[in-house]
Amino acid sequence: MANTVFQKPHALCDVPLHYCPGCTHGIIHRLVAEAIDALGIEGRTVGVASVGCSVFTYNYFECDMVQAAHGRAPAVATGLKRAEPNNIIFTYQGDGDLAAIGTAETVHSAARGENITIIFVNNAIYGMTGGQMAPTTLPGQVTQTTPYGRDPQYAGLPVKICEMLSQVDGATYLERVAVDSVAHINQAKRAIEKAFRNQVEGKGFSLVEVLSTCPTNWGKEPAAAMEWLRENMIPYYPLGVYKDKYADEKGGSK
Amino acid sequence: MSEKVLMKGNEALAEAAIAAGCRHYLGYPITPQTEVAAYMAKRMPKIGGTFLQAESEIAAINMVIGVSSAGKRAMTSSSSPGIALKSEGLSYLAGCDLPALVVNVQRGGPGLGGIQPSQSDYFLATRAGGHGDFHMIVLAPATVQEMADFAIKGFELADKYRMVTMILADGVLGQMMEPVSLDFGEIKQFDKPWAAVGTNGGRRHNIVNSLCLEPTQLEQWNIDRYKRYEQVMANEQRAEEYMTDDADVICVAYGATARVTKNAIAMARAKGIKAGLIRPITLWPFPKKIVGAAAKKAKAFVSVEMSMGQMIEDVELSIRCSRPVLLCNRSGGMIPTPEEVLAKIEEASKMGGAD
Repeated sequence: MANTVFQKPHALCDVPLHYCPGCTHGIIHRLVAEAIDALGIEGRTVGVASVGCSVFTYNYFECDMVQAAHGRAPAVATGLKRAEPNNIIFTYQGDGDLAAIGTAETVHSAARGENITIIFVNNAIYGMTGGQMAPTTLPGQVTQTTPYGRDPQYAGLPVKICEMLSQVDGATYLERVAVDSVAHINQAKRAIEKAFRNQVEGKGFSLVEVLSTCPTNWGKEPAAAMEWLRENMIPYYPLGVYKDKYADEKGGSK
Repeated sequence: MSEKVLMKGNEALAEAAIAAGCRHYLGYPITPQTEVAAYMAKRMPKIGGTFLQAESEIAAINMVIGVSSAGKRAMTSSSSPGIALKSEGLSYLAGCDLPALVVNVQRGGPGLGGIQPSQSDYFLATRAGGHGDFHMIVLAPATVQEMADFAIKGFELADKYRMVTMILADGVLGQMMEPVSLDFGEIKQFDKPWAAVGTNGGRRHNIVNSLCLEPTQLEQWNIDRYKRYEQVMANEQRAEEYMTDDADVICVAYGATARVTKNAIAMARAKGIKAGLIRPITLWPFPKKIVGAAAKKAKAFVSVEMSMGQMIEDVELSIRCSRPVLLCNRSGGMIPTPEEVLAKIEEASKMGGAD
């Protein structure tokens, strides 16, 4: 009998995902599931699905799941955590959900230092509704609601969540990663696992922003979408650790 | 008989919620319900509970969703404009079949309105708590004792039917003090096998969810939910009847206006007018059976409300418009006087309505 050298993480359900070809949600789901497996926390983890393409995450993770209203996932997560402090609570949110309609819930769950983990998928567009301008849409980027490109004079400038939250004292850990290359995916894996481990260790609010693609609504082939992410998103949204309270306190480097 | 203590309505309600086993109160300040939050802020830390002041009404109701999803008794309270903000969460609670206790200490509206007592959220509570097809159980206390008792009853009904119970009070009941017994007897608890508390490796995952993109299935969810609502309508209609046996004129009033109306009825009786009161205790389900039955004997009805006329529609529906229904109302934070109610009773007593 051959040895198994690669398999689906246990925390990921064995069902087809509904995502478009080339979408990076699948990669990020796997990284979340790997973190849950690595920490051995599936049985006491409860995930919160948000509104957007990732709403069906409640069908994709083996742990208990709650589906929240648009933008409200951090508030629902707060309730779940306060009800069962020993449970591990994570939200999985897109950029429209977290950085537009849910801005207040995001900022204040961080300010309270809620001991939760937020996976923030930033692909600079509203995917589920067919490709409208997101709070993270880049200047000049064409979307259904910025058909001539996002004009900063008219539609303002993108919101940089990690930079913004780094000014919130209550936040513990903020890192921006990307999933456009193997090296970046490996870094994303480390960051996501750390965001969960922080919660297990009671360290407080952790958020990982994952730069992601949307080939369908960007109107690009998957490989070209990855290229676009590298050339446009990463320069605007620099990767790295924006806050690591415990490392900072120890005088560790960023 | 148990000992009584003098308490404000808002505080009695809060203490009763704690007695019901509620250890999670999530709220946001707004007049005239703030005593509930202040009381919980004092009490919860001492009993290992959670008082959390949210960043908004919207966040507070979504925190309630989180606590309730974990199978715990959760509560929030607010006042009219704040309840409107909670509408999204009320709809999600219904869509997810989650129990919760939501208290609305009503104030005058619309808009920012005022801070004086009102009953102008009757439609919001009984008709349109949020988007989609759903109902909440709505309880209307008229005494400080009922503010407390209905917190117990509210949690029990919420858990039993997996619905939101809304206590629809007003600034009068919230602020006034009366002697109250806090001996509630046995508190009923309910199993919640659907709760998202972690699989512990022992079962398939629970999903708390209101999304359903398959229309035939979503329709079925709605049909199933309404079957539960039918049970509530059949089993839970409650009202107090006061001097209705021989009444020609029946007033219908809930909460603070019911207290005023009782005075008016005494004045009417002194003048020889046979007046009585039906005081709905459940506003949804509206006590249609009791009000409907009363139409067989009474000649006319008076709906007494602190609104521009909302509950009157349920009175008319309950009696199928078979008798005249007059409106005696004040709004904007004004409370009808017994004299104003008496004048309407006198007017009603002169109306036909005989078969």
